[in-house]
Parts: sequence; structure tokens; C-alpha cells
Amino acid sequence: MNLWLIVIAMGIVTFGIRLFPIVLLGRIEIPLIVQRALRFVPPAVLTAIVVPELLYHNGQVDVSLMNVRLLAGLIAIVVAWRTKNALITIGVGMIALWVLSAILR
Amino acid sequence: MLSSRTEFLNGVKNELPLLLGVMPYGMIYGALAVKLGLPPTLAVAMSVIVFAGSSQLIGAPLLAAGMSGVVIVATTFVVNLRHALYSASVAPFIKHLSTRWKLLLAYLLTDEAYAVTITRFTQPDSSSVFNKHWFYFGAGLTLWASWQISSTIGVFVGQLIPDSWSLDFTLALTFIAIVVPNLKDRASVAAAVSAGIMAAFSYAWPYKLGLFAAAITGIAVGMLIEQRKTRLSSSDQPIPD
Repeated sequence: MNLWLIVIAMGIVTFGIRLFPIVLLGRIEIPLIVQRALRFVPPAVLTAIVVPELLYHNGQVDVSLMNVRLLAGLIAIVVAWRTKNALITIGVGMIALWVLSAILR
Repeated sequence: MLSSRTEFLNGVKNELPLLLGVMPYGMIYGALAVKLGLPPTLAVAMSVIVFAGSSQLIGAPLLAAGMSGVVIVATTFVVNLRHALYSASVAPFIKHLSTRWKLLLAYLLTDEAYAVTITRFTQPDSSSVFNKHWFYFGAGLTLWASWQISSTIGVFVGQLIPDSWSLDFTLALTFIAIVVPNLKDRASVAAAVSAGIMAAFSYAWPYKLGLFAAAITGIAVGMLIEQRKTRLSSSDQPIPD
């Protein structure tokens, strides 16, 4: 039962975070500086999630050729840049990871 | 102006490619939750109640380990803090909607739904803002359904997926597919690069606070670069004060 209460609290907190700015900024005029800042939210946040995923291997930074996630990620970045296609990017990235793992391990 | 139906269907259509990355991640969550010993009903319900991939993946081991509720909820808060930035970002575009719509759209606000929606919201077109929330709803609902389906599959058959498939990598690939095509000017490139560098250094900070620090760094650097550019270009054509 206690587990359920914790999960419900997690849900309330998450929903609150998602709702509060929508409600607050719906009532007041958004300052220009905030509007300018918000444009950089997607590149900043998502890159900050991706980079450690590529660099860290078993809790350590690994920039060697043995880090297949880094290599596959770099390939995916090039593919995303050239094709601008999510399906191709994810597909090629996974295939690159599998092929590189098979070769390098 | 596009009809609400067209906007909705466009939202669904634009979300679909990202599901290739999201669904494996949902299956991993489901598989992990039951592997850790959480009741299957709780694991499935968490996808509906919390509906936030990264905090579910981080929360499941904490729950299974019997960690205190306060710590788990606080961790959830920090991990999901980035959604406040997304929420602020969509706020001006859904300002005119009823409270009921705002509640619904806030619930559906995830990384992937936000990414495709904000692209639509900021598209310079003659169409008014008044039906674009249907695009958001379409994208959000599609992601929601796929998350529920994939995490449920994960709960029941996820144990059959070998670790060597590295399906968790699909999340990083999804974000790459979202970010890279949208780096259209120097300021957004600077925002991404500086956030990435900061994230590499702050990764070990407790409770994923490093992620938030990196995000703020990226936003600040992006704004600085943009401001410098505006100043330079305005000095090209001197305007009398």
C-alpha cells in the first residue's frame, strides 16, 4: 500500500511541475527575456541528457574507439544532420551500435 | 487555418517516427520494474500515474529497495524539473485555452511530445494559434498510448529481451534525432554544445542536479551569443538615438 502512496506522490509532483508554469504564465505577461531564454530549452536540455549517455561507460568517461555508444552516437548525429529524419536516425544508430559491438568486442 | 482534425492528425503523424525510440525504452522500464520485484500492477499503473520515462526508470530501483518516500519523491522532482522549462515554453501558445485543456495538455507534456509540438507552435505561418493545441494533443496522446502499451509489454515479456540488444540506447538516439535537425543558427548550436560540455562535467552530481545545471548553462550561453549577434548587426546600420 505504501508503495502505491509513493507512486501517487511521484505522479502529483510530476504533474505539478508540468502544470504550474502553464497556469502561472497564462495569467501574467511573459517578460521578453524569458521568451528569449525558452527558445534554447530543447537544444540545451536534450543535449545535456544525451552527452553523458555517449561519453560515460561503466561510470567513467571513455573517449576511446572502444566506446561503441560514442561512435554510434556520432554516426547518428551525422545521419540526423544530413537526413533530418528521426526514423532513419534511430534505425541507423541502433544498427551502428550492434555492428560496432560485434566488431570491436 | 487548418481544422482541429487536421492539426490532431498532423500531431499524431509527427510523433510516430519518435516511437521507434520511445517504445523500446518503455519496454525496458517495464522489464526492469518486474525484475526488481515490483508488483506488475504497480509497474503498469506507474506509467499512467507518473508518465515520465526517466523518473520511472530511476524511481523503480528506489521503490524496490524500500527507499524512503520523501527521497523518492524529491528525486522525481529534480529529475522532472526540466518539464517546468517545457511548460513555460508552451504556456504562451495555450494561454487562451480552458482550464480543462490546460490540465490535459500539462499531463501529456513529455520530452518527445514537447519537441514536436514546439516546432509546430513556433512555425511562422498564416494559420492562427487557435487550432494548434490539437496538434499538441495528437502528439501527446500518441506518445501516451505508446508508452502505456510498451511498458505493459515490458512488464509481461520484457525479461525475454537480452541485455546485449542495448535497447536503452534508443532514448539517446531519439533525442539526437530531435535536436540535431533543429540546430539552425549559431546561438542554438552554442546552447547545445555548452550544455553538453557542462553535462559531461556535472554528470556525477547527486539527484541528477547536473542535468539542470547543464540546461541552465546552455540556455545562458545561447542567449549571450544571440545578444552579441543582435548587437553586432544593429551596429552595422547606425540608428540615431
